[in-house]
Amino acid sequence: MANGRPAGEIKLDNIIGGVLRAGVLIAAVVVAAGGIYYLHKYGDLRPEYKFFRGEPSDLRSLTGIFKDALALRSRGIIQMGILVLVATPVARVALSVVAFIFERDYIYVLVTTLVLVLLILSLAGYRI
Amino acid sequence: MHGLNISEFTGFIFLGALAAGFFGSMTGLGGGVIIVPLLTLIFGVDIRYAAGASLVSVIATSSGAAAAYVREGFSNIRVAMFLEVATTIGALSGAFLAARLQTSVISIIFGAVLLFSAYFSRKPPKNISGPEKTDRIAALLKMDSSYPAGGSFRHYNVAGVPAGFGIMYVAGVVSGLLGIGSGALKVLAMDRAMRLPFKVSTTTSNFMIGVTAAASAGVYLNRGYIDPALAMPVMLGVLTGSAIGARVLVKAQVRSIRLLFLAVLIVLAVEMIYNGVTGRL
Repeated sequence: MANGRPAGEIKLDNIIGGVLRAGVLIAAVVVAAGGIYYLHKYGDLRPEYKFFRGEPSDLRSLTGIFKDALALRSRGIIQMGILVLVATPVARVALSVVAFIFERDYIYVLVTTLVLVLLILSLAGYRI
Repeated sequence: MHGLNISEFTGFIFLGALAAGFFGSMTGLGGGVIIVPLLTLIFGVDIRYAAGASLVSVIATSSGAAAAYVREGFSNIRVAMFLEVATTIGALSGAFLAARLQTSVISIIFGAVLLFSAYFSRKPPKNISGPEKTDRIAALLKMDSSYPAGGSFRHYNVAGVPAGFGIMYVAGVVSGLLGIGSGALKVLAMDRAMRLPFKVSTTTSNFMIGVTAAASAGVYLNRGYIDPALAMPVMLGVLTGSAIGARVLVKAQVRSIRLLFLAVLIVLAVEMIYNGVTGRL
């Protein structure tokens, strides 16, 4: 391929690049906003990370995080931003599935779908 | 770090993460390897919270950098996708192990991986053009590709797929267990086992790190390892630091900065192992 890659492939690469950039940017803004709010409310307290207790259950599940963020609780907002960040590579894999369907490359449709399913099961809290 | 309130604690962690992201991107070693020792050794954070925060920052830098690389056309998407089957399964196993191993054992493994990364990063890149012949599996999976070189595209072959796949599984386990990107292991798999051109190996590795880390992140989140208030300054610090580091690539100084960063890595590695053995972490 002396003259490079097909135009469709490059266009999709640009879309994937845009999704990644937007995902990181939105995540950073949400996390920063939640962070400022959190420091404003609790900044004078003492940090407690020496002993592991694990996060409360509402910050561990997708539905719990949505609820907390909608209720404008500071830690819930930050966790929501982190969720957007984690979703970014997942979206990239999903877009790749679409790309391989367009290319009629069915081996890779299968491979990429498998990766996507693993990611979704992990995020949904499926215990292996 | 006693007596700090949350605002001061968060501020110091932000600065530490900023430095880690800066030097990590400048040297190509990534910020993740330094975040966990920073949080555990200096800020006295439990290693599970530290791994959770580090993992979040790894996803941020990988996605940020991949956005730029994807356009340049160096990453090999087919190789990445096929190997991600190994890294995601590995990451899930690693995150599963993290909940079962003692923190002192995790700390010792972390130290060993740090030493490996420091040692590996000293070696010069091996491949410029890829192997002479494509192996059967790589041919079946249409992994051969080309990369931009001097205005045109240079074709390369791919080989050693089973070995690469195996090393990638281990890279996934390490990533899920320790909350790092394990870029060094990923590059090892592609550079040494599959003999891809070096620039293709590094950009494809970066492309893959985010997906591997996202697989572990699900498990970490469900187990309560990801503390939003701790992950916040780490993520924002590493992102800012690596963005600056990527722009301030002053060629003349990189070598000495690299050596300094390596020295820091080795000290941290020894400290992690020592603390693990004496049971203080």
